[in-house]
Amino acid sequence: MRRLLLVGAALALAACAPSAPRNTGVYLLVDTSGSYNRQVKKAEQITLYALSRLQSADSIAVARIDTGSFTEKDIIAKATFDDRPSTANQQKRAFASRVERFIDQSAPAPYTDITGGLLQAIEFLNEKHPARKEILILSDMKEELAKGYVRDIPLDFKGFDVVALNVTKLRADNFDPRQYLNRLDEWRTRVEKGGGHWRVINDLDRLDGLL
Amino acid sequence: MSIATLLMFTPWPAVSAGILLMLLVAALYLARDTAHQAIHTAAAALARGLRLASRSVTHAKERLAARNREVLLAAGREAKERIVEREFARVGDTVRKDLAGYPDMHRRLSAAIQRIEEDQQKAVEVPPEAPGWAEAVKIVADLDARNAGAEILADIHKSMVKAHAEAMDDYRKASGERHALLRRMMPDWRLIHETLGRVNKSVESVIGRSQAIDRHMEEYEAIVRGEDRAVSVLSSSSIVYFFISALVLAVATAGTAVNFTLIARPMAEMVGGTNYIGAYRTADIAALVIIMVEISMGLFLMESLRITRLFPVIGALTDKIRVRMVITTFVILLLMASIEAGLAYMREVLLLDEMATNALLRGDNTASLVNAHLWITTAAQMGMGFVLPFALVFVAIPLETFVHSLRTVVGLIGIAMLHTLALLLRLLGNASRHLGVLAQRIYDLPLCVPLWIETRMHAAAREAVNAHGPMKPKSWKEART
Repeated sequence: MRRLLLVGAALALAACAPSAPRNTGVYLLVDTSGSYNRQVKKAEQITLYALSRLQSADSIAVARIDTGSFTEKDIIAKATFDDRPSTANQQKRAFASRVERFIDQSAPAPYTDITGGLLQAIEFLNEKHPARKEILILSDMKEELAKGYVRDIPLDFKGFDVVALNVTKLRADNFDPRQYLNRLDEWRTRVEKGGGHWRVINDLDRLDGLL
Repeated sequence: MSIATLLMFTPWPAVSAGILLMLLVAALYLARDTAHQAIHTAAAALARGLRLASRSVTHAKERLAARNREVLLAAGREAKERIVEREFARVGDTVRKDLAGYPDMHRRLSAAIQRIEEDQQKAVEVPPEAPGWAEAVKIVADLDARNAGAEILADIHKSMVKAHAEAMDDYRKASGERHALLRRMMPDWRLIHETLGRVNKSVESVIGRSQAIDRHMEEYEAIVRGEDRAVSVLSSSSIVYFFISALVLAVATAGTAVNFTLIARPMAEMVGGTNYIGAYRTADIAALVIIMVEISMGLFLMESLRITRLFPVIGALTDKIRVRMVITTFVILLLMASIEAGLAYMREVLLLDEMATNALLRGDNTASLVNAHLWITTAAQMGMGFVLPFALVFVAIPLETFVHSLRTVVGLIGIAMLHTLALLLRLLGNASRHLGVLAQRIYDLPLCVPLWIETRMHAAAREAVNAHGPMKPKSWKEART
């Protein structure tokens, strides 16, 4: 009888124990540099798609990539959705309108600090402790750092999925496609070296595999 | 030691093999009796063990069958007692109802009969009085005509006509009164006819019920006597009840699933949509708990109403406490149903909100248009949310049947399984015995040559014995010397 009670108590405790997180964290980096600023409008499409896929307790942030992106100031909107679905819906609507406002008012940046943005994304998502961490980068992946910015830092992408979206070809890439391929390959190596998983999606009409 | 090494003890491997074979055959021949005994003992032991196991399984099956029979008879007895009890209650109700109305009915019948008697008395037809003038007319007629008899006769005739007219008037009047009295008797006749018709109906009902009770009592007696036919009938009924109740329970499970769908989403608003207990969402568990509580309340309600008898404690409660329990469970059920109706409404609101949000995220403006007939689905959901808890109350009835019939069905399945197992063990026992014999024959297979020689030698010895006559047995002393 005592054994039975012990087993019952153990089962009850196991049932009441906090379960593993099941939420998702998404960080969307939007390149606002001069070479990519025309594509920024696509950020709204991606944000809306991400919002439609996210549920209660999921987190999302949208940040811009500019000259120095390793700062909270570059985060345009961030939210962790409430437990209650109705409140989460309200948050989604508010988030969508904030992103829309940003896109309307976005100004081109002279430099492109992708690494800084990635560092900020890693920091943000690690703080949220989601079960699944997704970093989406809407950029041509051409990093141009201003003088004095040190970005030669190893990045820890363990547990992260990094998805480069709509990686456009630059004029120079047309002359020498190897530049484009090398650029993507470098980022792949960097992400995978950091323990992450790298993907490229260029067709934004087929985002089904995303999230 | 490899085979090649073994074949090397002579320079010719074939010769070595032959010698080895001969040695092996010789060894096998020498060990033949012992090997046969060993094989026989092992096979016999295995066969005995399997037979024993088969016998014990058969005993277990018989015990289970006896227990199942007892359970069946007990269940049948209980069911019959309930039926007979209910029939008696119905007869009692009928008799009580009729007997309660009997004094009134008797009074009304007596009054009606009395009225009829009185009316009949009044309506007795009185023959019109014969005119008393006949004798006088005869006497006057015998008088001399000269004494002016004609005038007297004329007066008499006149008086007679007048008297006749008066008598006819009286007769008509009396007939009219009699007819009025007879007309007045009609409602009384009808009353008597209706009352007697009701009595007849009640009596026929009682007779019908008494015949049903007789039939049930006969079946009950057969069950009490433990007749095989009764057991067979109960067994087949039990299987039928099992499948029917399982079907109804499956329908109820589907109803529960619908109920769950109605309240699971809004429950996420109350307990949060991201909390988990184990692998399941807390909101889902909460919704399930609400449904389970409703089903439990339904069970208690049915028990308190004495429709089901799953909990003897509730059945044994005093009527006062039982009635209180009925009221309490019903009120809780009503509250739960109201909560469910509210949750169903909330579900629709949440659904609309989610649809609007998704439409906004898709950039679809047309989806935000509100359907004018949406209230129908909302009302339907609320109605279902309110009605389903009450519908689930009736799950108690098939559940009780399922539980009771399950015992019998499980018993029957157990009996069938034990029967098959016993048969299998018996077959294996027989097979092991035959396998022992087969193993002995296989053992003898390489020894065909020495066995043939042995048979020949035995035959020769028998022939020699037959030729010289039977040998006299020596005494033990001679044998010693």
